[in-house]
Amino acid sequence: MMTSDEDLAEAAAHGDGAAFASLLDRHYDRLFAFCFRLTGVRAEAEDLTQDICAALPAKLASYERRAKVTTWLYRVAVNAAHDRRRKRATYLKASDGWGDWEVARNAANRDTDEKIDWLTQAMNQLDDALRDTLALVLDDMTHAQAAEVLGVSEGTISWRISEAKKALRAIKEKEDVA
Amino acid sequence: MNDDLDDLRAMMDSATPRPDAARRAENLALAQKNFDDLQGSRTAPRPTSATKAQGLWTGVKNMLDTFTSKAALTTTTALVACGFLILTPAGQDLLRPGSQVLAPEAESNLPATEMSVERTRITPDEVAASVPPAPVIQQQQNSVADVAQPMDDLARALPEADESQFSRSAESAPEVAGMSVNGVVTARTKAATDMQGIIAAAPPAPSTADQDGIAALTEAEQAAPAVSSLGSESFERQERTVVPTPDYRTVTAPDTESFPEFENNALKITAEDPVSTFSIDVDTAAYSVVRSSLMRGQMPPRGAIRIEEMINYFPYDYAAPEGNAPFQPTVSTFQTPWNPDTQLVHIALQGEMPALDDRPPLNLVFLVDTSGSMNQADKLPLLKQSFRLMLDQLRPRDEVAIVAYAGSAGQVLAPTPASDRTTILNAIQSLQPGGGTNGQGGLQQAYALADKMKMDGEVSRVILATDGDFNIGISNPDALKNFIATKRDTGTYLSVLGFGRGNLDDATMQALAQNGNGTAAYIDTLSEAQKVLVDQLTGALFTIAGDVKVQVEFNPARIAEYRLIGYETRSLRREDFNNDAVDAGELGAGHTVTAIYEITPVGSPAQLSDPLRYAPSSVAAQSSEFGFVKLRYKKPGDTESQLIATPIIDSGTPGTEANFAAAIAGFGQALRGDPFLGDWGYDDAITLANANRGGDEFGYRTEAVQLMRLAQSLSR
Repeated sequence: MMTSDEDLAEAAAHGDGAAFASLLDRHYDRLFAFCFRLTGVRAEAEDLTQDICAALPAKLASYERRAKVTTWLYRVAVNAAHDRRRKRATYLKASDGWGDWEVARNAANRDTDEKIDWLTQAMNQLDDALRDTLALVLDDMTHAQAAEVLGVSEGTISWRISEAKKALRAIKEKEDVA
Repeated sequence: MNDDLDDLRAMMDSATPRPDAARRAENLALAQKNFDDLQGSRTAPRPTSATKAQGLWTGVKNMLDTFTSKAALTTTTALVACGFLILTPAGQDLLRPGSQVLAPEAESNLPATEMSVERTRITPDEVAASVPPAPVIQQQQNSVADVAQPMDDLARALPEADESQFSRSAESAPEVAGMSVNGVVTARTKAATDMQGIIAAAPPAPSTADQDGIAALTEAEQAAPAVSSLGSESFERQERTVVPTPDYRTVTAPDTESFPEFENNALKITAEDPVSTFSIDVDTAAYSVVRSSLMRGQMPPRGAIRIEEMINYFPYDYAAPEGNAPFQPTVSTFQTPWNPDTQLVHIALQGEMPALDDRPPLNLVFLVDTSGSMNQADKLPLLKQSFRLMLDQLRPRDEVAIVAYAGSAGQVLAPTPASDRTTILNAIQSLQPGGGTNGQGGLQQAYALADKMKMDGEVSRVILATDGDFNIGISNPDALKNFIATKRDTGTYLSVLGFGRGNLDDATMQALAQNGNGTAAYIDTLSEAQKVLVDQLTGALFTIAGDVKVQVEFNPARIAEYRLIGYETRSLRREDFNNDAVDAGELGAGHTVTAIYEITPVGSPAQLSDPLRYAPSSVAAQSSEFGFVKLRYKKPGDTESQLIATPIIDSGTPGTEANFAAAIAGFGQALRGDPFLGDWGYDDAITLANANRGGDEFGYRTEAVQLMRLAQSLSR
């Protein structure tokens, strides 16, 4: 039987290096996918993941047994993404990053579905809170879990999701007309 | 709605790239390195101002290290201030409210230990004076445990503190200076046991506070938080018992209940008004409403207390009918429990129980109120459960249909044979609350359906289940009643089941059932549903006698005054008795009906009215009869009534059944606060009912006694 994430995290918090390695190994891919959803750019996602990995050992102290490891990890990720955005906002509009990614992606994969193209651009137009929420919910989190990660009420999550849907629909309509 | 998100998720998943393997390894290595760095630094002692693992003692150390004359001055000033707080009564008053906050400081602040000693000297007496209950002892034990923890900390921390530094602080805290680690530890254990001693002997004042030395000090330290939290706890407890919080009672939403208004039957003088006429009443709703009120801790509204319905709630074991008549009247008289100078006339009707095996098939149309107000646990969900119970009582040839009415009325289940349980259960389960209440539209549709289902020899019933809130579509209550009365003549009767409280329109339900020749029952619990829809279903659905009227003529030669107990909403005019067009109550199979008169014999000291001076004394017949009871009824389907008559004679001793009925009659009057009872109260009703419970197969009478006790407590 696999050791539970929570046991691993607790062992790691008490200094078990092997436990920490196996915990991070277990979650790295999912963490990266989540970072990608948060940023929308591959390079950005890699960097964000690196930030998180670098800071994670120190953050372990803040882990409390009663929370699920994924919930805690996502909270760390969302906070790291906020920090990054704040730093970047001083010199770069978020959309520019998406543009870079567009170029890179088109070069790598010309025949990608137009829908994805639309989706990434559309998500980019959402505001940060909505995008974080959407990223969490698209990652198979329930509204309750997403609420715990973001530290808001479940109702807020539900409201944000419906707002996000509305916004996406509006974007789509606008594009259809254009 | 979720499809949008599923699409999005699918798109997102395909858009998400795999993480770069090289970067992955790099990042993992970086994390591991950081982790190892952190571990390395963690084990080594790295005293910083940020790490406050032993903040308390390092704080003390720092303070002692940096002692200057200025600091010493501050400390001594603080000491004087503390002394003022502790040694003067005014200071102690200041301390007490915040004692819980201050007590932990006793560990952090050396001078404060003195303070807690002082406080403990006072508090044990308070403990002895104000702490009787066991839960508080529990509290004390907890406190001991709580105190043990800081003491452990103290013991651990002590070796780190420099002895010499302690000696420097000897002036401010002489007791602590000589304290060894072991001493503290043993003192702690001893103190814990001593505390248990206090617990065991809580009422006598503990003498431990008088002891000297370290043990006493430590005890004091421990007792301080214990006693302070104890004190506040018991204070809260007292608060709770003294001030009744409204939370104990169910706070209901603004009440829109309506109950029929009526005046109590007045005392009648036989010489002026010797004839009393009323219709029987087999409804049971009033008793259930009274019960539901009492169970919620409220006295029932006066209009809800219909004594005849309370009496008739209970099955009685009266003499079974013989011969052709569908029911057997039994009339007896006995001394009134609440007045030795008057008598009760007890008129009991026992309906026959026809053979059930060859009963005609039933056509039931459930008319279910699914308005928004039904969305409460004791309404629609209880109704669904109740109908499921009832379904088991039906036979394969019976048919069931369901009409739901809310803002609009609609057929939920087409007529379906009762054998098709699954379909019916699904239909019942599918009922959802929402919208207003179009009672009239629903009734019309239900009757139309019942007409369609009706075949020769079958019995059709519309069963209306509602919380009584007819708020849409009823333009004229009389028109609704007339509509029901017309339908009644076609042979389709209407029974009403009331659910829930809050907007119970008891008056309308009552009127509907009376005009629809059916019964009104109020279902407050599943066991009431069991009684009405399972145990007594046959009686509720099969009528053995229609329009049953009772007329009693009292003999003015024997009876000076009389009073009918209950039946206020059922009284008829004297001439209506022989008028077959006038509607009255129906008697169901196996039903029992009880009516009770309180009569004052001529010459009794209980007579309330004085005889007239100028009227001729109308002692006409030299009969020994108290009076004469006449009953009229129609056989089902007949239009002409039959007459049964029986005299009231002085019979003397009451049976169990009559006594129990009298107890309930007394209970009902006590609830209403009627003046006729005198000193007789709930006590006596309980005694009388308890002595006459009889077989009480279903426990209804036992429950009645409990309700009486509840009412007794609530009315105090």
